[in-house]
Amino acid sequence: MKINQIFSIFSSLAACTIIMLYSCKPKSPATVSTGDAASKVYVAPGQYDEFYNFISGGFNGQMSVVGLPSGRGFKILPVFSVHPENGYGYTEESKPMLMTSHGFVPWDDLHHIALSTTRGEHDGRWAFGNANNTPRVARVDLGTFKTVEILEIPNSGGNHSSPFITENTEYFVASSRFSVPIGEDNQRDVPINTYKENFKGTVSFIKVAPEGDMSIAFQLVTPGVNFDLARAGKGPSHGWFFFSCYNTEQAYSLLEVNASQRDKDFIMAVNWKKAEELIAQGKGKKVKARYAHNKHDEHTHMATSTILEEVLQLDPKELEGIVYFIPCPKSPHGCDVDPSGEYIVGSGKLAAMIPVFSFTKLMQAIQNKDFEGEYDGLPVVRYESALHGVVEKPGLGPLHTEFDGRGNAYTSFFVSSEIVKWDIKTLQVLDRVPTYYSVGHLMIPGGPTAKPHGKYVVGYNKITKDRYLPTGPELCHTAQLYDISGDKMKLLLDFPTIGEPHYAEAIPAALLKDKSVKFYKIEENKHPYAVKSEKDSRVERKGNQIHVYMTSIRSHFGPDNIEGVRVGDEVYFHVTNLEQDWDVPHGFAIKGANTAELLIMPGETQTLKWVPNRVGVFPFYCTDFCSALHQEMQGYLRVSPANSNIPLKFTLDK
Amino acid sequence: MKTFQIFTLLAVIFLWQACNSGTSKKSDADLANADAKTPKKEYSGKGFGEIRNVELTDPLDQAMIKKGKAIYDMKCAACHKLDDKRVVGPGFQGVTNRRKPEWIMNMITNVDVMLDKDPVAQELLEQCLTRMPNQNVSVGDARDILEFFRKNDMDTVGKKDEATKS
Ligand code: HEC
Ligand SMILES: [Cu+2]
Repeated sequence: MKINQIFSIFSSLAACTIIMLYSCKPKSPATVSTGDAASKVYVAPGQYDEFYNFISGGFNGQMSVVGLPSGRGFKILPVFSVHPENGYGYTEESKPMLMTSHGFVPWDDLHHIALSTTRGEHDGRWAFGNANNTPRVARVDLGTFKTVEILEIPNSGGNHSSPFITENTEYFVASSRFSVPIGEDNQRDVPINTYKENFKGTVSFIKVAPEGDMSIAFQLVTPGVNFDLARAGKGPSHGWFFFSCYNTEQAYSLLEVNASQRDKDFIMAVNWKKAEELIAQGKGKKVKARYAHNKHDEHTHMATSTILEEVLQLDPKELEGIVYFIPCPKSPHGCDVDPSGEYIVGSGKLAAMIPVFSFTKLMQAIQNKDFEGEYDGLPVVRYESALHGVVEKPGLGPLHTEFDGRGNAYTSFFVSSEIVKWDIKTLQVLDRVPTYYSVGHLMIPGGPTAKPHGKYVVGYNKITKDRYLPTGPELCHTAQLYDISGDKMKLLLDFPTIGEPHYAEAIPAALLKDKSVKFYKIEENKHPYAVKSEKDSRVERKGNQIHVYMTSIRSHFGPDNIEGVRVGDEVYFHVTNLEQDWDVPHGFAIKGANTAELLIMPGETQTLKWVPNRVGVFPFYCTDFCSALHQEMQGYLRVSPANSNIPLKFTLDK
Repeated sequence: MKTFQIFTLLAVIFLWQACNSGTSKKSDADLANADAKTPKKEYSGKGFGEIRNVELTDPLDQAMIKKGKAIYDMKCAACHKLDDKRVVGPGFQGVTNRRKPEWIMNMITNVDVMLDKDPVAQELLEQCLTRMPNQNVSVGDARDILEFFRKNDMDTVGKKDEATKS
């Protein structure tokens, strides 16, 4: 088949057929890992991995933490989805984390991860993640591996182009994949076929305060296109941000055909330093909005949710010098900036080549007003003037590019199921390896930073098929680790992933491992219902609310016998784990609870709400095997009829 | 890390079985031999850890007792009572009469090593079957707790510090 034939099919309706044709047919599952592969990924018992890999979970709304090169999974880190396993989203403390202007949203779709950076390198403070469905961004603390902040993004649909980050974590972005009508109620209730005039894209720049507090610094209101991915400039291009845009056709139905018409879409270049200048001059306007800002407090062990009501918007049509479009073939997906900050790689999903733009040339073109026209009133730089060159016939369906810090780029190809290595300056293809199958994102540890650790590349695949023992219709997604330290890429390892991985990042273990928090200091626990001493454990009634101030320690709860609770009471178990040692969580579960268990870390207090609907004696117990006498870690709560006058009573060992 | 805990459990059960199949109580000679660092010498009774020598003073320091009691309430009371009743761990009544002050402070500040190496601590573990947790107590705080123990011994049995005399 000729390449252009393939594309005409692909861009019409037969995408699935092609995937199968290319991904499955030519390759057999048993192949190609080289002789010494096992020893290169073998991490002996008791030894540590070299990198932490933070992998987005896609439609599970979580991140997972995996070691490289072993591929061993350490943790599912809940972010945008409830996680009954540790009570996230079920406990009274964590529920506010998932509040939005739409109320409690227990699920989302987390696609991309950005690790905080200082001077262009990972600094090990935070991981950021995006929620695609109900637009939000999250901050995860890399000392506690806990989601500590979530910010909703107003005026956005589909927060896909997020959370890519600037060199010193000045900002990360949240830009809309789905343009929508924005503004007051009457501006938002419009016919869908008025897309061109009424639908807007927005690009939010989120500021991160030194202690981690996130806020929307400003929001650019853009033409109604789809923003896909983004990268900040670095080094010489620090101060700029680049966004891939597709659907510049502004289609609002059957996008697979109607948004694939033009042979070029855009990369949008944003001069955020200029935007800062204009804001300092008082430009921009504050508009009404409604969005939630949720923060976890490490001392009260509680999240709070606040609704914010204003956002600063800039209209680049009125404020010159912020936004320029660069034509880019064809429906660009990845938009990646090399470690030097000079080259910007656009990966057009439907393009038969990869264009590489030069930041120096782009600046010249802008200075010389070398424009080929306007798009919706905004300048479009002449394609040739910004272009460094193209990689010819690299493969089919290019998606994303990462860098090894030695002048090479690695691009994933979804349709032809391969990773292709090429030279950024000469644009020559140097090597290619198959993936199993249909690779989406790929990742080199430190790949998006100014100093990649170019030892491995990991491909995160979209299709699994025959790669593992079958598990019915739903299969895990696969990842593949390749050695890239030599001239040729070598497949070392397959490993299954959790959810559907999209982007991931990896960071040297040395940057995180020694500052990992082991427990919370009980002295610093400021939870209003904490009990720091078993002798203060108690039960109090306030109307129909029962507050159980409970302690847990190996291997008993205090109190463990409770009577005088009535049907219909709201019982709050506030359980403090009194242990002060690493790796001694206690669990708490009670029969009939409509929520999930608590999993309480040492020194922490967590609250389970329980509303008994019948009389009886209800056992509760510790769910985490904590000691030799863990099976003894239990208690009873007696529930009497609603009108009973049995007095409230609580005891331990009496 | 549940696997780890299960291993600990297995180890504990193994120990327990090992002890129950032989004589039920170890003799002092056994204890002396088990002191890993000083196999030939007498068992020091000071335990393992950074505390080698504690100066006890009289009269008791009331400020230290007060601080020690507060830490006890927060970090120890769920497992240790002040009389002779065992809950999770032994009751503290008379503890300064049966253990040297260095041993007590090492037990508090270095419990993992104590349970791995010290024959007396190991014997207690065989009885209690729960590993005493590291409660992250500083040496200074441990000294305050010790002062509180001395006061408690006076209150409960009318004598203290007997273990220093042997
Ligand atoms: C989770 C329960 C637990 C907590 C909390 C705890 N201990 Fe212990 N402790 C034990 C157990 C059990 C033993 C017996 C040894 C073993 O099994 O590990 C013990 C033994 C001891 C001994 C030796 C007692 C004797 O009779 O020789 C001392 C002293 C001691 N603990 C002090 C403390 C102090 C001080 C604290 C608070 C800072 C504390 N413990 C907190 C469970 C605990
Ligand atoms: Cu427990």
